[in-house]
Amino acid sequence: MIESQLADLMGDLPEGVSEGVALGTGLADGYDLFESPLGDVVVTFNPKGVSSVDLAEGDYASRFESRYGRPMLRAEAPRSWATHIPRALAIGTPGELPVDFRSVTEFQASVLRTAASIPKGEVRPYAWLAHEVERPGAVRAVGSTMARNPVPLIIPCHRVVRSDGQIGAYSLGGPRNKHDLLSHEGLDPSWLEELAARHVRIRANTSTGIFCHPTCSRIRRSKETNIIDLGSTDAAVSAGYRPCQICRPH
Amino acid sequence: MPGGATVQARVVFSQLMEDLPGALASDLDASFQSVVERMGPRVYWGLRRMYNNHQEAEDLTQETFIRAYKALSGYDTNRIRDMEVEPWIWTIALNLGRNHMRDRARRPTYVELVETGETDPEMIDGAAWDRRFSELNRHQRTAVALRHVVGLSIGQIAQATGRPEGTVKADIHRGLGRLKTIMEEEG
Repeated sequence: MIESQLADLMGDLPEGVSEGVALGTGLADGYDLFESPLGDVVVTFNPKGVSSVDLAEGDYASRFESRYGRPMLRAEAPRSWATHIPRALAIGTPGELPVDFRSVTEFQASVLRTAASIPKGEVRPYAWLAHEVERPGAVRAVGSTMARNPVPLIIPCHRVVRSDGQIGAYSLGGPRNKHDLLSHEGLDPSWLEELAARHVRIRANTSTGIFCHPTCSRIRRSKETNIIDLGSTDAAVSAGYRPCQICRPH
Repeated sequence: MPGGATVQARVVFSQLMEDLPGALASDLDASFQSVVERMGPRVYWGLRRMYNNHQEAEDLTQETFIRAYKALSGYDTNRIRDMEVEPWIWTIALNLGRNHMRDRARRPTYVELVETGETDPEMIDGAAWDRRFSELNRHQRTAVALRHVVGLSIGQIAQATGRPEGTVKADIHRGLGRLKTIMEEEG
């Protein structure tokens, strides 16, 4: 009977289809391994963008699933992202790479977007970030946002330091990695610690009359003999200095 | 008796499908993967007979479920609860298939790459069935595949294809007749 022959033509679903559906719907994230200044990292992605960065150590799949509530599947990143991801990891900013911020609140997303604007080789204090997102009182919330950054390295939370100038904690493998990343970007962590110990928050150029964050590229280009160290923006303002338009000290 | 197990499998399957809208309505993300598991093979093997090509059937199957998920995400729970999932999925699959064929017709045709069969999951004589079905017109292929490979009812096929039940019956009848003739000619 032809009918029973036809009924026997049903088989299994070909391999990969159900994974393709999970990835296409966003019910699972794809992941791939990439090089970074901290060694190999796992980057996950879904139709909304890059969703997480983690060290390629231990059971990263379980860590992802317990935090984000969905599994990760080995996959190739969408073609255009495949070049943006290594660049974002190397430069330390998302650039054209979309980031999936669904795992954080609206406030946290705006803090993270602002943190992404801190240039390579520079640092800003938590209080500065709080001010930039127009929540100057939310310094602690900014700190916990950095701890929950889903995409460290791509959003450079390692460039955000304690308001007293100490380098502070780091979510991706601890403070040692934060020191290493800053060194890798040409900043000397012991110089930062030394400034903090001397309570230096601001440096001003006596010939231009402009004051900056100590790591701002503008003040770092100035002649050391023209620079004076200050304890706060208030001190700088009352001494008659103007804030730098680039690093915007508040 | 051949086919007995299949009939039984179909009864169990239709029971499984009955509680699906409720599950989808209450937690889409948690239950959608089971829609893919239950319906995925049916959609793939139905499309495989309609398009006579593993790669196209695979791509269309994947896209069908991605579209279905996106559509369900936008529906309210009452609408999902009242759904008959399988004919609805087939409506999506058939629409995608039609658009896909139309787009392909517009594009210049390069040399068709023939699948080596490495990824083709078809058992023994898949190519033979691809060839036989390619001798049927589109409506006959669709109706025969949905009725006899997938096992939908005439009513469900009418719903999925948007064609009257009488027309569907005629498509199946003519399609089966054509297949029989082709197989007799093969000897």
